[in-house]
Amino acid sequence: MPTLIDKTPPKSPPKSYASTAVSAAARAKAKGDAKGGLYKPREPIYPKLVHGRWRTVKWAVLIATLAVYYITPWIRWARPGDLPQQAVLVDFTGRRFYFFDIQLWPQEVYIFTGLMVMGALGLFLVSALFGRLWCGYTCPQTVWTDLYIVVERAFEGDRNARMRLDAQPLSFNKLWRKTGKHLTWLGIAFGTGGAWIFYFHDAPTLIRTFWIGQGAMTAYVSCALLTATTYIFAGWMREQVCTYMCPWPRIQSAMLDEHSLQVAYLRDRGEPRGAHKKGQSWEDRGDCIDCNQCVVVCPMGIDIRDGSQLECINCGLCVDACDDILGRLGRPTGLIAYDSVDAVAARANGQKAVYKLVRPRTVFYAFALAVVSALTLWALIGRPEAELHVIGDRNPVFVRMHDGAVRNGYTLKIANRTFADHRFEIVFSGIEGVRLSQPGRAAGASIGVVVPADQVVAVRVFVTAPPNDLRPASLPGRFVVRSGDIESSAKTVFLSGAANQ
Amino acid sequence: MADRETDDVTGTETTGHEWDGIRELDTPLPRWWLWVWYGSIAFAIVYWILMPAWPGVHGYTKGLLHHSDRADVASDLHALDVQRGAGASMMRKASLEQIEQDPKLQAYAQQVGQSVFGDNCATCHGVGGTGGKGYPNLRDDVWLWGGSLQDIQHTITVGVRSGHPGQRLSQMPAFGRDELLPPAAVSDLTEYVVKLSGRPADAAAAARAAPVFAEQCASCHGVDGRGMQSVGAPNLTDGEWLYGADRTAIRGQIHAGNGGVMPTWESRLSPETIKALAVYIHANAGGQ
Repeated sequence: MPTLIDKTPPKSPPKSYASTAVSAAARAKAKGDAKGGLYKPREPIYPKLVHGRWRTVKWAVLIATLAVYYITPWIRWARPGDLPQQAVLVDFTGRRFYFFDIQLWPQEVYIFTGLMVMGALGLFLVSALFGRLWCGYTCPQTVWTDLYIVVERAFEGDRNARMRLDAQPLSFNKLWRKTGKHLTWLGIAFGTGGAWIFYFHDAPTLIRTFWIGQGAMTAYVSCALLTATTYIFAGWMREQVCTYMCPWPRIQSAMLDEHSLQVAYLRDRGEPRGAHKKGQSWEDRGDCIDCNQCVVVCPMGIDIRDGSQLECINCGLCVDACDDILGRLGRPTGLIAYDSVDAVAARANGQKAVYKLVRPRTVFYAFALAVVSALTLWALIGRPEAELHVIGDRNPVFVRMHDGAVRNGYTLKIANRTFADHRFEIVFSGIEGVRLSQPGRAAGASIGVVVPADQVVAVRVFVTAPPNDLRPASLPGRFVVRSGDIESSAKTVFLSGAANQ
Repeated sequence: MADRETDDVTGTETTGHEWDGIRELDTPLPRWWLWVWYGSIAFAIVYWILMPAWPGVHGYTKGLLHHSDRADVASDLHALDVQRGAGASMMRKASLEQIEQDPKLQAYAQQVGQSVFGDNCATCHGVGGTGGKGYPNLRDDVWLWGGSLQDIQHTITVGVRSGHPGQRLSQMPAFGRDELLPPAAVSDLTEYVVKLSGRPADAAAAARAAPVFAEQCASCHGVDGRGMQSVGAPNLTDGEWLYGADRTAIRGQIHAGNGGVMPTWESRLSPETIKALAVYIHANAGGQ
């Protein structure tokens, strides 16, 4: 990603430290950090409320994502028998994951792998096309921070009022506003952690048992953890989570190129910037009046006019702020806009801006996404209704009967994924004339076993082959279990003991 | 009072004690070490009060916690009995056939049987129950003393040549060693037995041994050599040989008349456990 390099000279020439050894703390102090220390303290950010197109979109996304998060565990879904009636449920005790009509077993975790890869590729594709939309609009960190700022604004007022309040000495007014804000934050944090645990337990049951101390320990621990992280991340750390903790801002710089949309300041149109008096001519100057509105609304505390930056989450609030001012000045909007580096440069050179959505990178991401999606969907649809696994006895591997017949023992694990009981017929193919039996039961050509709905049953099966001295030591065989249309089979071997004679 | 002074070389104070001109430097233990020591003393005092500690003339101090390892073991065993009680009472009430045919009872018997077999039987019969030379295979369909559920239960209970009053007892005579038969007759009998099991044998020798077999062996092994489970006489016509199938082994058996010992388990395993074991062996065997 091309970056704009700030070529303005530093405000003061670098000092020489050659005379005496100076500690890092002393240097930090010299640079204006009163407390000293190795690190610059966080500069408080007071994002100002802004109105406009992107802010409206952000409100809508905020409401939609929070609604999905809070409502989903409460959707009921009819399932037969004793199965959970909750539409979306991660049932650790029953070792099942329910998603409406889909039910996944632990061994199908690869479906989640597929979903994760799809999510990653989807992010790559969207980033390559439209920039960091995920960061600016849908990331939980952004959504909850936005929500927390709403609360902050309700208690402490907008930017200027908040700055004044923070500068004041402690007073009753300050105390109740701060206390109210933090209590509301904690309430929201508890609601966040509290909603999370409903995904793992029957929600109507848990909401009762939780309050009387009868809930699962994991529910309390998860709730406490998420309450803490929500309060700390959205209330205290905010943009520092994105800038210092999250790997995605680093990774995404490899996804973006000069054709990706990102929030951009149209330098050629804006510069030279400067204050503008009403009635003054707009000739020989840029459209930027240096009103600083793009800076004060920024939740990340950056100046977008410095060019694209790692901190920028592409939320577009500065676009709204700038458009508002430009509208009042009667100038065309879009001095700060979602635009591509290439288009900005083209316009600066007087050429027509071209937006290229189809590029090798986007084609590759889209292709990879399509392939992984198709594979995952295929795996999901093609899941067998019954599954068979066979383990041959290790001791004894074979038993010879008095007439020379040879018997092998197997343990069959039959999984019935349907919601109905099934009587499976077990047959063994590959050797002529074998007879099948279960411990203590008479032998026959096949065995019937009832596997209850949504269960795995382990069955001991003895396979007895008639006497035949010419048989090789190891013979391939196949178990088949069948119930109506449902069928599953598994390869195995039959050991005749010929090598042991 | 000793004369403490500072040693010139190390700069450390001495203890002031002197032996033949040798003085001792006073290097105290590290402070943390002392605290650990004091802590251990404090711990010991608390321990004496709480736990059994001091022997006395009539017993010992019990401690405030009244801890007793014996009582713990007893209560653990009791808890185990309670836990097993339901299963054991089912095993007591049900017949062997019922246990084998009921899936739940059989599963219980298989679990108990497998564990008990591993602890007690596997030493001779093998973990897989396939036995070895002199130790019968319990997985096939050949049985010396009968392979029905009741037969197996009885064999486990009384044992074979075990000294139990109701023991399974058979005695193959040592025809050669005890000079009941001349060596030539033993050789002829060997050919006869080989022929019985359907293998090529010296026809003339076998013919010579036919009357001897009728006279000496048929009373237990039967006229046709098919054996008799009531007296533990093995079938000589099948492919199963407890002491080996070749001529040397068969001849050795006629010569010395070996017979193994299986202990009685009546006093060591509960009747329910023996039932479970019998079902386990029968269900996993080749039948009868």
